[in-house]
Amino acid sequence: MVSKVKAGTAFDSPFKLRLNKVLTTKVFWLKVLIHLGALLPLVNLYYLALSDQLTADPVEAVIHFTGIGALNLFLLTLLVSPLSKYSRQAFLMKTRRLLGLYTFAYALLHLLNFLFFEVQFDLALFVGEIVKRPYMTVGMAAFVILLLLALTSFDKVKRRMGKSWQKLHNYSYLAVVLAGVHFYWSVKSEIIEPGVYLALILALLFLRRDKFRRWFKGKR
Amino acid sequence: MLIKIPKKSELSENQVTQESVYLQRRQLLKGMGFIGAGTLLSSALSSKAHGGVFDLFKEKEKPVFTRKDLSYSGQAGAENFPEKLTPEGKVISHNNFYEFGAQKHQPAELAQGFKVNPWQLKISGEVDKPITLDYDQLFSTFSLEERIYRLRCVEAWSMVIPWVGFPLAKLLKMAQPNSRAKYVAFETLHDPEQMPGQSSRRLGGGIAYPYVEGLRIDEAMNPLTLMSVGLYGKTLPPQNGAPIRLVVPWKYGFKSIKSIVGIKLLEKEPPTTWNLLAPHEYGFYANVNPGVAHPRWSQASERRITTGGLLARNRIETLMFNGYGEEVADLYKGMDLRKFY
Repeated sequence: MVSKVKAGTAFDSPFKLRLNKVLTTKVFWLKVLIHLGALLPLVNLYYLALSDQLTADPVEAVIHFTGIGALNLFLLTLLVSPLSKYSRQAFLMKTRRLLGLYTFAYALLHLLNFLFFEVQFDLALFVGEIVKRPYMTVGMAAFVILLLLALTSFDKVKRRMGKSWQKLHNYSYLAVVLAGVHFYWSVKSEIIEPGVYLALILALLFLRRDKFRRWFKGKR
Repeated sequence: MLIKIPKKSELSENQVTQESVYLQRRQLLKGMGFIGAGTLLSSALSSKAHGGVFDLFKEKEKPVFTRKDLSYSGQAGAENFPEKLTPEGKVISHNNFYEFGAQKHQPAELAQGFKVNPWQLKISGEVDKPITLDYDQLFSTFSLEERIYRLRCVEAWSMVIPWVGFPLAKLLKMAQPNSRAKYVAFETLHDPEQMPGQSSRRLGGGIAYPYVEGLRIDEAMNPLTLMSVGLYGKTLPPQNGAPIRLVVPWKYGFKSIKSIVGIKLLEKEPPTTWNLLAPHEYGFYANVNPGVAHPRWSQASERRITTGGLLARNRIETLMFNGYGEEVADLYKGMDLRKFY
Protein backbone atom coordinates (compact mmCIF):
# COMPACT_ATOMS: atom_id res chain seq x y z
CA MET A 1 0.00 0.00 0.00
CA VAL A 2 2.95 2.28 0.63
CA SER A 3 4.13 1.85 -2.93
CA LYS A 4 0.72 3.03 -4.14
CA VAL A 5 1.25 6.46 -2.61
CA LYS A 6 4.82 6.68 -3.78
CA ALA A 7 4.02 5.57 -7.32
CA GLY A 8 1.09 7.98 -7.51
CA THR A 9 3.26 11.03 -7.04
CA ALA A 10 5.40 10.09 -10.02
CA PHE A 11 2.53 10.67 -12.43
CA ASP A 12 1.09 14.03 -13.29
CA SER A 13 -2.12 13.65 -15.31
CA PRO A 14 -5.25 12.62 -13.41
CA PHE A 15 -5.92 9.91 -16.00
CA LYS A 16 -2.54 8.33 -15.45
CA LEU A 17 -2.97 8.68 -11.74
CA ARG A 18 -6.24 6.79 -11.84
CA LEU A 19 -4.84 4.17 -14.17
CA ASN A 20 -1.86 3.68 -11.97
CA LYS A 21 -4.10 3.30 -8.97
CA VAL A 22 -6.10 0.55 -10.66
CA LEU A 23 -3.00 -1.28 -11.79
CA THR A 24 -1.39 -1.09 -8.40
CA THR A 25 -4.54 -2.42 -6.83
CA LYS A 26 -4.62 -5.29 -9.31
CA VAL A 27 -1.05 -6.22 -8.44
CA PHE A 28 -1.84 -5.90 -4.78
CA TRP A 29 -4.75 -8.31 -4.93
CA LEU A 30 -2.92 -10.68 -7.20
CA LYS A 31 -0.09 -10.79 -4.69
CA VAL A 32 -2.55 -11.42 -1.88
CA LEU A 33 -3.92 -14.30 -3.90
CA ILE A 34 -0.42 -15.71 -4.47
CA HIS A 35 0.40 -15.48 -0.75
CA LEU A 36 -2.81 -17.27 0.19
CA GLY A 37 -2.50 -19.84 -2.58
CA ALA A 38 1.04 -20.71 -1.52
CA LEU A 39 0.69 -20.52 2.26
CA LEU A 40 -2.74 -21.97 3.05
CA PRO A 41 -2.01 -25.40 1.53
CA LEU A 42 1.18 -25.52 3.62
CA VAL A 43 -0.67 -24.75 6.86
CA ASN A 44 -3.19 -27.45 6.03
CA LEU A 45 -0.44 -29.89 5.00
CA TYR A 46 1.69 -29.59 8.12
CA TYR A 47 -1.31 -29.51 10.45
CA LEU A 48 -2.58 -32.82 9.02
CA ALA A 49 0.91 -34.34 8.87
CA LEU A 50 1.84 -33.44 12.46
CA SER A 51 -1.43 -34.82 13.80
CA ASP A 52 -0.96 -38.06 11.78
CA GLN A 53 -4.03 -37.45 9.66
CA LEU A 54 -2.17 -37.14 6.36
CA THR A 55 -2.26 -40.57 4.70
CA ALA A 56 -0.64 -43.58 6.33
CA ASP A 57 2.78 -42.15 5.55
CA PRO A 58 2.84 -38.39 6.21
CA VAL A 59 6.54 -38.25 5.38
CA GLU A 60 6.05 -39.36 1.81
CA ALA A 61 3.01 -37.09 1.55
CA VAL A 62 4.83 -33.88 2.61
CA ILE A 63 7.83 -34.67 0.42
CA HIS A 64 5.66 -35.23 -2.63
CA PHE A 65 3.41 -32.25 -1.97
CA THR A 66 6.23 -29.75 -1.55
CA GLY A 67 8.14 -31.20 -4.50
CA ILE A 68 5.21 -31.00 -6.91
CA GLY A 69 4.26 -27.65 -5.39
CA ALA A 70 7.74 -26.26 -6.11
CA LEU A 71 7.50 -27.46 -9.69
CA ASN A 72 4.01 -25.96 -10.13
CA LEU A 73 5.23 -22.62 -8.78
CA PHE A 74 8.32 -22.76 -10.94
CA LEU A 75 6.21 -23.23 -14.07
CA LEU A 76 3.93 -20.37 -12.99
CA THR A 77 6.96 -18.13 -12.46
CA LEU A 78 8.22 -18.90 -15.93
CA LEU A 79 4.77 -18.28 -17.36
CA VAL A 80 4.70 -14.72 -16.07
CA SER A 81 6.87 -13.00 -18.64
CA PRO A 82 5.37 -14.64 -21.78
CA LEU A 83 1.89 -14.12 -20.37
CA SER A 84 2.49 -10.45 -19.62
CA LYS A 85 4.05 -9.98 -23.06
CA TYR A 86 1.30 -11.66 -25.08
CA SER A 87 -1.55 -10.24 -23.02
CA ARG A 88 0.09 -6.81 -22.84
CA GLN A 89 -0.49 -6.70 -19.10
CA ALA A 90 2.80 -5.33 -17.85
CA PHE A 91 1.67 -5.34 -14.22
CA LEU A 92 1.88 -9.14 -14.19
CA MET A 93 5.68 -8.84 -14.18
CA LYS A 94 5.45 -7.43 -10.68
CA THR A 95 4.37 -10.85 -9.38
CA ARG A 96 7.30 -12.74 -10.83
CA ARG A 97 9.76 -12.29 -7.99
CA LEU A 98 7.16 -13.32 -5.43
CA LEU A 99 6.32 -16.49 -7.36
CA GLY A 100 10.02 -17.21 -7.77
CA LEU A 101 10.63 -16.83 -4.05
CA TYR A 102 7.73 -19.18 -3.26
CA THR A 103 9.25 -21.67 -5.71
CA PHE A 104 12.44 -21.48 -3.67
CA ALA A 105 10.52 -21.74 -0.39
CA TYR A 106 8.72 -24.90 -1.53
CA ALA A 107 11.98 -26.38 -2.85
CA LEU A 108 13.63 -25.61 0.50
CA LEU A 109 10.79 -27.31 2.38
CA HIS A 110 11.05 -30.27 -0.01
CA LEU A 111 14.73 -30.65 0.84
CA LEU A 112 14.23 -30.08 4.58
CA ASN A 113 11.37 -32.60 4.64
CA PHE A 114 13.79 -35.13 3.21
CA LEU A 115 16.48 -34.29 5.77
CA PHE A 116 14.22 -33.96 8.83
CA PHE A 117 11.57 -36.61 8.25
CA GLU A 118 12.86 -39.07 5.64
CA VAL A 119 16.52 -39.63 6.62
CA GLN A 120 15.85 -38.10 10.04
CA PHE A 121 19.11 -36.18 10.42
CA ASP A 122 21.30 -39.10 9.35
CA LEU A 123 23.76 -36.71 7.69
CA ALA A 124 25.94 -39.46 6.24
CA LEU A 125 22.89 -40.95 4.54
CA PHE A 126 21.69 -37.49 3.46
CA VAL A 127 24.97 -36.56 1.80
CA GLY A 128 25.54 -40.11 0.54
CA GLU A 129 22.20 -40.23 -1.24
CA ILE A 130 22.67 -36.81 -2.84
CA VAL A 131 26.14 -37.74 -4.08
CA LYS A 132 25.48 -41.36 -5.08
CA ARG A 133 22.03 -41.18 -6.66
CA PRO A 134 22.01 -39.24 -9.92
CA TYR A 135 18.34 -38.20 -9.64
CA MET A 136 19.07 -36.71 -6.23
CA THR A 137 22.21 -34.98 -7.50
CA VAL A 138 20.18 -33.42 -10.28
CA GLY A 139 17.52 -32.24 -7.81
CA MET A 140 20.19 -30.77 -5.56
CA ALA A 141 21.76 -28.92 -8.49
CA ALA A 142 18.37 -27.35 -9.26
CA PHE A 143 18.06 -26.35 -5.60
CA VAL A 144 21.50 -24.72 -5.51
CA ILE A 145 20.55 -22.61 -8.52
CA LEU A 146 17.27 -21.61 -6.87
CA LEU A 147 19.18 -20.71 -3.72
CA LEU A 148 21.49 -18.40 -5.66
CA LEU A 149 18.55 -16.80 -7.43
CA ALA A 150 16.74 -16.24 -4.13
CA LEU A 151 19.83 -14.74 -2.48
CA THR A 152 20.27 -12.28 -5.35
CA SER A 153 16.59 -11.37 -5.61
CA PHE A 154 16.82 -8.17 -3.54
CA ASP A 155 16.75 -4.84 -5.37
CA LYS A 156 20.00 -3.74 -3.78
CA VAL A 157 21.86 -6.85 -4.86
CA LYS A 158 20.34 -6.66 -8.30
CA ARG A 159 21.54 -3.08 -8.76
CA ARG A 160 25.01 -3.88 -7.53
CA MET A 161 25.31 -6.90 -9.83
CA GLY A 162 24.54 -4.95 -12.99
CA LYS A 163 24.54 -7.05 -16.14
CA SER A 164 25.71 -10.20 -14.43
CA TRP A 165 22.38 -10.36 -12.56
CA GLN A 166 20.49 -11.26 -15.74
CA LYS A 167 23.20 -13.75 -16.67
CA LEU A 168 22.82 -15.49 -13.33
CA HIS A 169 19.06 -15.48 -13.45
CA ASN A 170 19.05 -17.07 -16.89
CA TYR A 171 20.16 -20.21 -15.05
CA SER A 172 16.52 -20.57 -13.99
CA TYR A 173 15.99 -22.29 -17.37
CA LEU A 174 18.61 -24.86 -16.51
CA ALA A 175 17.11 -25.25 -13.02
CA VAL A 176 13.60 -25.96 -14.29
CA VAL A 177 14.89 -28.61 -16.69
CA LEU A 178 16.88 -30.22 -13.85
CA ALA A 179 13.79 -30.16 -11.63
CA GLY A 180 11.71 -31.84 -14.34
CA VAL A 181 14.37 -34.51 -14.87
CA HIS A 182 14.60 -35.03 -11.08
CA PHE A 183 10.84 -35.75 -10.96
CA TYR A 184 10.89 -38.01 -14.03
CA TRP A 185 13.84 -39.97 -12.68
CA SER A 186 12.38 -40.41 -9.21
CA VAL A 187 9.34 -42.49 -10.12
CA LYS A 188 9.26 -46.27 -10.39
CA SER A 189 7.19 -46.67 -13.52
CA GLU A 190 4.40 -44.07 -13.54
CA ILE A 191 6.03 -41.69 -16.01
CA ILE A 192 2.94 -39.99 -17.45
CA GLU A 193 2.70 -37.19 -14.87
CA PRO A 194 6.42 -36.30 -14.93
CA GLY A 195 6.23 -36.61 -18.71
CA VAL A 196 3.51 -33.97 -18.81
CA TYR A 197 5.66 -31.69 -16.66
CA LEU A 198 8.63 -32.14 -18.97
CA ALA A 199 6.42 -31.24 -21.93
CA LEU A 200 5.18 -28.10 -20.15
CA ILE A 201 8.77 -27.14 -19.34
CA LEU A 202 9.79 -27.53 -22.98
CA ALA A 203 6.77 -25.46 -24.02
CA LEU A 204 7.81 -22.64 -21.67
CA LEU A 205 11.34 -22.74 -23.04
CA PHE A 206 9.98 -22.78 -26.59
CA LEU A 207 8.24 -19.48 -25.88
CA ARG A 208 11.71 -18.07 -25.29
CA ARG A 209 13.24 -19.46 -28.47
CA ASP A 210 14.16 -15.98 -29.74
CA LYS A 211 16.17 -15.34 -26.63
CA PHE A 212 18.06 -18.62 -26.97
CA ARG A 213 18.65 -17.93 -30.66
CA ARG A 214 20.21 -14.57 -29.76
CA TRP A 215 22.53 -16.22 -27.24
CA PHE A 216 23.57 -18.74 -29.81
CA LYS A 217 24.32 -16.03 -32.37
CA GLY A 218 26.09 -13.88 -29.80
CA LYS A 219 28.41 -16.70 -28.87
CA ARG A 220 29.36 -17.31 -32.47
CA MET B 1 -24.59 -63.00 24.41
CA LEU B 2 -21.28 -63.30 22.69
CA ILE B 3 -18.33 -62.64 24.90
CA LYS B 4 -15.18 -62.07 22.94
CA ILE B 5 -11.94 -62.39 24.81
CA PRO B 6 -9.40 -60.34 22.94
CA LYS B 7 -6.06 -61.89 22.17
CA LYS B 8 -2.95 -60.00 23.07
CA SER B 9 -2.23 -59.32 19.44
CA GLU B 10 -5.44 -57.33 19.38
CA LEU B 11 -4.24 -54.97 22.09
CA SER B 12 -3.06 -52.54 19.52
CA GLU B 13 -6.60 -52.04 18.28
CA ASN B 14 -6.95 -48.97 20.44
CA GLN B 15 -4.41 -47.37 18.12
CA VAL B 16 -6.39 -48.46 15.17
CA THR B 17 -8.41 -45.94 13.25
CA GLN B 18 -11.82 -46.81 11.89
CA GLU B 19 -11.93 -47.52 8.18
CA SER B 20 -14.57 -44.85 7.65
CA VAL B 21 -12.49 -42.22 9.40
CA TYR B 22 -9.58 -43.02 7.16
CA LEU B 23 -11.67 -42.70 4.07
CA GLN B 24 -12.87 -39.29 5.27
CA ARG B 25 -9.29 -38.23 5.76
CA ARG B 26 -8.63 -39.21 2.20
CA GLN B 27 -11.28 -36.73 1.15
CA LEU B 28 -9.55 -34.03 3.19
CA LEU B 29 -6.26 -34.70 1.52
CA LYS B 30 -7.83 -34.95 -1.88
CA GLY B 31 -9.44 -31.56 -1.44
CA MET B 32 -6.10 -30.19 -0.43
CA GLY B 33 -4.37 -31.80 -3.37
CA PHE B 34 -6.68 -29.88 -5.62
CA ILE B 35 -5.86 -26.67 -3.80
CA GLY B 36 -2.24 -27.43 -4.52
CA ALA B 37 -2.68 -28.39 -8.14
CA GLY B 38 -5.72 -26.29 -8.93
CA THR B 39 -4.56 -22.95 -7.61
CA LEU B 40 -0.90 -23.30 -8.39
CA LEU B 41 -1.10 -24.76 -11.83
CA SER B 42 -2.44 -22.79 -14.76
CA SER B 43 -6.14 -22.24 -15.28
CA ALA B 44 -6.18 -25.15 -17.71
CA LEU B 45 -6.52 -27.38 -14.70
CA SER B 46 -9.36 -25.49 -13.07
CA SER B 47 -11.95 -27.75 -14.69
CA LYS B 48 -10.22 -30.64 -13.00
CA ALA B 49 -10.52 -28.81 -9.69
CA HIS B 50 -14.27 -28.47 -10.14
CA GLY B 51 -14.45 -32.14 -11.02
CA GLY B 52 -12.69 -32.81 -7.73
CA VAL B 53 -15.35 -31.00 -5.77
CA PHE B 54 -18.06 -33.13 -7.36
CA ASP B 55 -16.06 -36.30 -6.78
CA LEU B 56 -16.06 -35.43 -3.12
CA PHE B 57 -19.82 -35.73 -2.93
CA LYS B 58 -20.01 -38.66 -5.27
CA GLU B 59 -17.55 -40.78 -3.34
CA LYS B 60 -19.46 -40.55 -0.09
CA GLU B 61 -22.17 -42.73 -1.60
CA LYS B 62 -19.74 -45.41 -2.78
CA PRO B 63 -20.05 -48.76 -1.03
CA VAL B 64 -17.35 -49.88 1.36
CA PHE B 65 -16.16 -53.46 0.82
CA THR B 66 -17.47 -55.70 3.58
CA ARG B 67 -14.88 -57.77 5.43
CA LYS B 68 -15.91 -60.85 7.37
CA ASP B 69 -14.53 -62.11 10.66
CA LEU B 70 -12.28 -65.15 10.37
CA SER B 71 -11.69 -67.95 12.83
CA TYR B 72 -8.06 -68.88 13.17
CA SER B 73 -5.49 -70.03 15.67
CA GLY B 74 -2.89 -67.67 17.02
CA GLN B 75 0.70 -67.96 15.95
CA ALA B 76 2.84 -69.54 18.62
CA GLY B 77 4.54 -66.66 20.40
CA ALA B 78 2.65 -64.05 18.42
CA GLU B 79 1.71 -62.19 21.57
CA ASN B 80 5.39 -61.75 22.27
CA PHE B 81 6.12 -60.14 18.95
CA PRO B 82 8.45 -57.38 20.08
CA GLU B 83 7.62 -54.72 17.52
CA LYS B 84 4.68 -52.38 17.40
CA LEU B 85 2.05 -53.30 14.86
CA THR B 86 1.15 -50.91 12.06
CA PRO B 87 -2.40 -49.71 12.79
CA GLU B 88 -5.04 -51.46 10.71
CA GLY B 89 -6.23 -48.14 9.25
CA LYS B 90 -2.76 -47.59 7.80
CA VAL B 91 -2.33 -51.15 6.55
CA ILE B 92 -5.52 -50.84 4.52
CA SER B 93 -5.02 -47.30 3.21
CA HIS B 94 -1.40 -47.34 2.04
CA ASN B 95 -1.09 -49.87 -0.73
CA ASN B 96 0.98 -50.50 -3.81
CA PHE B 97 -1.57 -52.29 -5.96
CA TYR B 98 -1.28 -50.66 -9.37
CA GLU B 99 -4.32 -52.54 -10.68
CA PHE B 100 -6.29 -49.99 -8.65
CA GLY B 101 -4.05 -46.95 -9.23
CA ALA B 102 -0.34 -46.31 -8.87
CA GLN B 103 -0.67 -43.83 -6.02
CA LYS B 104 -0.74 -45.42 -2.61
CA HIS B 105 -4.06 -43.95 -1.54
CA GLN B 106 -5.83 -44.97 -4.74
CA PRO B 107 -6.41 -48.72 -4.17
CA ALA B 108 -8.34 -48.03 -0.95
CA GLU B 109 -10.58 -45.68 -2.93
CA LEU B 110 -10.89 -47.46 -6.24
CA ALA B 111 -11.13 -51.09 -5.10
CA GLN B 112 -14.15 -50.91 -2.81
CA GLY B 113 -16.53 -52.35 -5.41
CA PHE B 114 -14.23 -55.27 -6.28
CA LYS B 115 -16.04 -58.63 -6.49
CA VAL B 116 -14.15 -61.49 -4.88
CA ASN B 117 -16.96 -64.04 -4.81
CA PRO B 118 -17.11 -66.08 -7.04
CA TRP B 119 -13.36 -66.68 -7.28
CA GLN B 120 -11.21 -69.45 -8.71
CA LEU B 121 -7.65 -70.23 -7.78
CA LYS B 122 -6.05 -72.84 -10.05
CA ILE B 123 -2.93 -74.80 -9.21
CA SER B 124 -1.54 -76.42 -12.34
CA GLY B 125 1.61 -77.19 -14.28
CA GLU B 126 4.11 -79.77 -13.08
CA VAL B 127 1.76 -81.36 -10.55
CA ASP B 128 0.15 -84.78 -10.33
CA LYS B 129 -3.15 -83.42 -9.02
CA PRO B 130 -4.17 -80.05 -10.40
CA ILE B 131 -6.50 -78.23 -7.99
CA THR B 132 -9.08 -75.52 -8.33
CA LEU B 133 -10.27 -73.80 -5.18
CA ASP B 134 -13.44 -71.71 -5.19
CA TYR B 135 -14.05 -68.74 -2.91
CA ASP B 136 -15.33 -70.70 0.11
CA GLN B 137 -12.59 -73.31 -0.23
CA LEU B 138 -9.93 -70.60 0.13
CA PHE B 139 -11.04 -70.27 3.74
CA SER B 140 -12.10 -73.84 4.54
CA THR B 141 -9.52 -76.16 2.95
CA PHE B 142 -6.73 -75.50 5.46
CA SER B 143 -6.83 -74.41 9.07
CA LEU B 144 -6.10 -70.71 9.30
CA GLU B 145 -3.46 -69.22 11.53
CA GLU B 146 -2.33 -65.73 12.41
CA ARG B 147 1.23 -64.69 11.51
CA ILE B 148 2.67 -61.34 12.48
CA TYR B 149 5.25 -60.43 9.85
CA ARG B 150 7.38 -57.45 8.97
CA LEU B 151 6.64 -56.20 5.45
CA ARG B 152 9.55 -54.37 3.83
CA CYS B 153 8.72 -52.42 0.69
CA VAL B 154 11.46 -51.96 -1.91
CA GLU B 155 10.78 -48.22 -1.52
CA ALA B 156 12.41 -48.36 1.95
CA TRP B 157 9.35 -48.19 4.19
CA SER B 158 7.98 -51.04 6.25
CA MET B 159 5.00 -52.20 8.28
CA VAL B 160 4.23 -54.93 10.82
CA ILE B 161 1.06 -56.77 9.88
CA PRO B 162 -0.94 -59.57 11.53
CA TRP B 163 -1.87 -61.74 8.55
CA VAL B 164 -4.28 -64.65 8.63
CA GLY B 165 -3.67 -67.53 6.25
CA PHE B 166 -2.06 -70.92 5.67
CA PRO B 167 1.40 -72.01 4.51
CA LEU B 168 1.78 -72.19 0.74
CA ALA B 169 3.55 -75.53 1.28
CA LYS B 170 0.26 -77.14 2.38
CA LEU B 171 -1.44 -76.07 -0.83
CA LEU B 172 1.44 -77.19 -3.04
CA LYS B 173 1.73 -80.56 -1.32
CA MET B 174 -1.96 -81.11 -1.92
CA ALA B 175 -1.34 -80.67 -5.66
CA GLN B 176 1.64 -83.04 -5.50
CA PRO B 177 4.41 -81.36 -7.50
CA ASN B 178 6.35 -83.77 -9.73
CA SER B 179 10.13 -84.00 -10.07
CA ARG B 180 10.25 -81.35 -12.81
CA ALA B 181 8.69 -78.71 -10.55
CA LYS B 182 11.58 -76.32 -9.80
CA TYR B 183 9.76 -72.99 -9.73
CA VAL B 184 6.35 -71.62 -8.81
CA ALA B 185 4.71 -68.90 -10.91
CA PHE B 186 1.85 -66.74 -9.63
CA GLU B 187 -0.62 -64.64 -11.54
CA THR B 188 -3.01 -61.87 -10.46
CA LEU B 189 -6.54 -61.63 -11.82
CA HIS B 190 -6.73 -59.86 -15.19
CA ASP B 191 -10.06 -58.04 -15.32
CA PRO B 192 -9.72 -54.54 -16.79
CA GLU B 193 -13.40 -53.84 -16.15
CA GLN B 194 -12.94 -54.26 -12.42
CA MET B 195 -9.34 -53.16 -12.20
CA PRO B 196 -9.11 -49.65 -13.63
CA GLY B 197 -5.31 -49.69 -13.61
CA GLN B 198 -5.35 -52.50 -16.16
CA SER B 199 -7.44 -50.48 -18.61
CA SER B 200 -5.86 -47.05 -18.05
CA ARG B 201 -2.17 -46.56 -18.54
CA ARG B 202 -2.31 -43.40 -16.44
CA LEU B 203 -3.84 -45.20 -13.45
CA GLY B 204 -1.94 -48.43 -13.95
CA GLY B 205 1.51 -46.86 -13.78
CA GLY B 206 2.82 -48.39 -17.00
CA ILE B 207 3.53 -51.93 -15.83
CA ALA B 208 2.47 -54.98 -17.87
CA TYR B 209 -0.66 -56.87 -16.84
CA PRO B 210 -1.51 -59.36 -15.55
CA TYR B 211 0.97 -58.98 -12.71
CA VAL B 212 3.12 -62.08 -12.41
CA GLU B 213 5.54 -63.24 -9.73
CA GLY B 214 7.59 -66.30 -8.97
CA LEU B 215 9.53 -68.25 -6.36
CA ARG B 216 11.95 -71.11 -6.40
CA ILE B 217 10.19 -74.27 -5.17
CA ASP B 218 12.26 -74.43 -1.99
CA GLU B 219 11.36 -70.81 -1.22
CA ALA B 220 7.72 -71.60 -1.85
CA MET B 221 7.90 -74.63 0.45
CA ASN B 222 9.53 -72.69 3.29
CA PRO B 223 7.22 -72.67 6.31
CA LEU B 224 7.34 -68.85 6.45
CA THR B 225 5.79 -68.49 2.99
CA LEU B 226 2.15 -67.73 3.59
CA MET B 227 -1.01 -67.65 1.51
CA SER B 228 -2.94 -64.91 3.25
CA VAL B 229 -6.72 -64.59 3.20
CA GLY B 230 -7.02 -62.02 5.95
CA LEU B 231 -5.44 -59.41 8.18
CA TYR B 232 -6.29 -58.09 11.61
CA GLY B 233 -8.68 -61.03 12.10
CA LYS B 234 -10.88 -60.27 9.11
CA THR B 235 -10.87 -61.19 5.42
CA LEU B 236 -8.54 -59.10 3.26
CA PRO B 237 -9.86 -55.85 1.88
CA PRO B 238 -9.46 -55.66 -1.90
CA GLN B 239 -6.69 -53.07 -1.70
CA ASN B 240 -4.56 -55.60 0.20
CA GLY B 241 -5.13 -58.37 -2.34
CA ALA B 242 -8.49 -59.99 -1.58
CA PRO B 243 -9.46 -62.73 -1.57
CA ILE B 244 -6.05 -64.41 -1.46
CA ARG B 245 -2.48 -63.20 -1.73
CA LEU B 246 1.07 -64.34 -1.16
CA VAL B 247 3.20 -63.11 1.76
CA VAL B 248 6.95 -63.76 1.58
CA PRO B 249 8.26 -61.81 4.56
CA TRP B 250 12.01 -61.98 3.78
CA LYS B 251 11.57 -60.50 0.30
CA TYR B 252 10.62 -57.01 -0.84
CA GLY B 253 6.89 -56.44 -0.87
CA PHE B 254 6.45 -56.58 -4.63
CA LYS B 255 7.12 -60.34 -4.50
CA SER B 256 4.00 -60.80 -2.36
CA ILE B 257 1.55 -60.85 -5.27
CA LYS B 258 -2.10 -59.99 -4.65
CA SER B 259 -5.52 -61.32 -5.75
CA ILE B 260 -4.08 -64.56 -7.14
CA VAL B 261 -6.00 -66.64 -9.70
CA GLY B 262 -3.23 -68.93 -10.93
CA ILE B 263 -0.33 -70.85 -9.43
CA LYS B 264 1.74 -72.86 -11.86
CA LEU B 265 4.60 -75.21 -11.09
CA LEU B 266 7.36 -74.91 -13.67
CA GLU B 267 10.72 -76.36 -14.62
CA LYS B 268 12.18 -72.96 -15.56
CA GLU B 269 12.34 -69.63 -13.78
CA PRO B 270 9.18 -67.68 -14.62
CA PRO B 271 9.15 -64.02 -15.71
CA THR B 272 8.25 -61.52 -12.97
CA THR B 273 6.59 -58.15 -13.52
CA TRP B 274 9.05 -55.66 -12.02
CA ASN B 275 12.04 -57.59 -13.32
CA LEU B 276 10.60 -57.37 -16.83
CA LEU B 277 10.14 -53.61 -16.45
CA ALA B 278 13.52 -52.72 -14.96
CA PRO B 279 15.84 -55.73 -14.68
CA HIS B 280 18.75 -53.67 -13.33
CA GLU B 281 16.59 -52.44 -10.43
CA TYR B 282 14.46 -55.45 -9.52
CA GLY B 283 15.81 -59.00 -9.56
CA PHE B 284 13.99 -62.32 -9.47
CA TYR B 285 15.07 -63.01 -5.89
CA ALA B 286 14.45 -59.56 -4.37
CA ASN B 287 15.55 -60.69 -0.94
CA VAL B 288 15.64 -57.88 1.60
CA ASN B 289 19.32 -57.02 1.74
CA PRO B 290 20.67 -53.87 3.44
CA GLY B 291 24.01 -54.39 1.69
CA VAL B 292 22.67 -54.15 -1.85
CA ALA B 293 21.28 -50.72 -2.72
CA HIS B 294 18.54 -50.11 -5.21
CA PRO B 295 20.34 -48.15 -7.96
CA ARG B 296 18.37 -45.04 -6.94
CA TRP B 297 18.29 -45.32 -3.16
CA SER B 298 19.95 -47.00 -0.21
CA GLN B 299 18.36 -50.11 1.28
CA ALA B 300 20.46 -49.94 4.45
CA SER B 301 17.64 -48.49 6.53
CA GLU B 302 13.90 -48.04 6.35
CA ARG B 303 11.06 -46.05 7.82
CA ARG B 304 8.69 -48.15 9.93
CA ILE B 305 5.14 -46.95 9.53
CA THR B 306 3.23 -47.04 12.81
CA THR B 307 1.88 -43.96 14.56
CA GLY B 308 3.12 -40.55 15.62
CA GLY B 309 2.70 -38.47 12.50
CA LEU B 310 5.37 -36.42 10.82
CA LEU B 311 7.66 -36.20 13.85
CA ALA B 312 7.80 -39.94 14.53
CA ARG B 313 11.42 -41.04 14.77
CA ASN B 314 10.85 -44.23 12.82
CA ARG B 315 13.98 -44.78 10.75
CA ILE B 316 15.50 -48.16 11.65
CA GLU B 317 18.25 -50.36 10.30
CA THR B 318 17.12 -52.83 7.66
CA LEU B 319 17.90 -56.41 8.65
CA MET B 320 19.32 -59.04 6.30
CA PHE B 321 16.42 -61.13 4.98
CA ASN B 322 14.19 -58.67 6.84
CA GLY B 323 15.19 -60.38 10.09
CA TYR B 324 14.24 -63.90 8.93
CA GLY B 325 17.79 -65.08 8.22
CA GLU B 326 17.58 -67.92 10.71
CA GLU B 327 14.75 -69.46 8.73
CA VAL B 328 15.84 -68.72 5.17
CA ALA B 329 19.58 -67.96 4.90
CA ASP B 330 20.29 -71.62 4.07
CA LEU B 331 18.25 -71.33 0.89
CA TYR B 332 20.92 -69.07 -0.57
CA LYS B 333 24.10 -70.77 0.60
CA GLY B 334 26.92 -70.23 -1.86
CA MET B 335 24.97 -67.71 -3.93
CA ASP B 336 26.37 -64.27 -4.66
CA LEU B 337 23.47 -62.12 -3.45
CA ARG B 338 24.94 -59.04 -5.12
CA LYS B 339 24.48 -60.80 -8.44
CA PHE B 340 21.20 -62.51 -7.57
CA TYR B 341 19.54 -59.44 -6.05
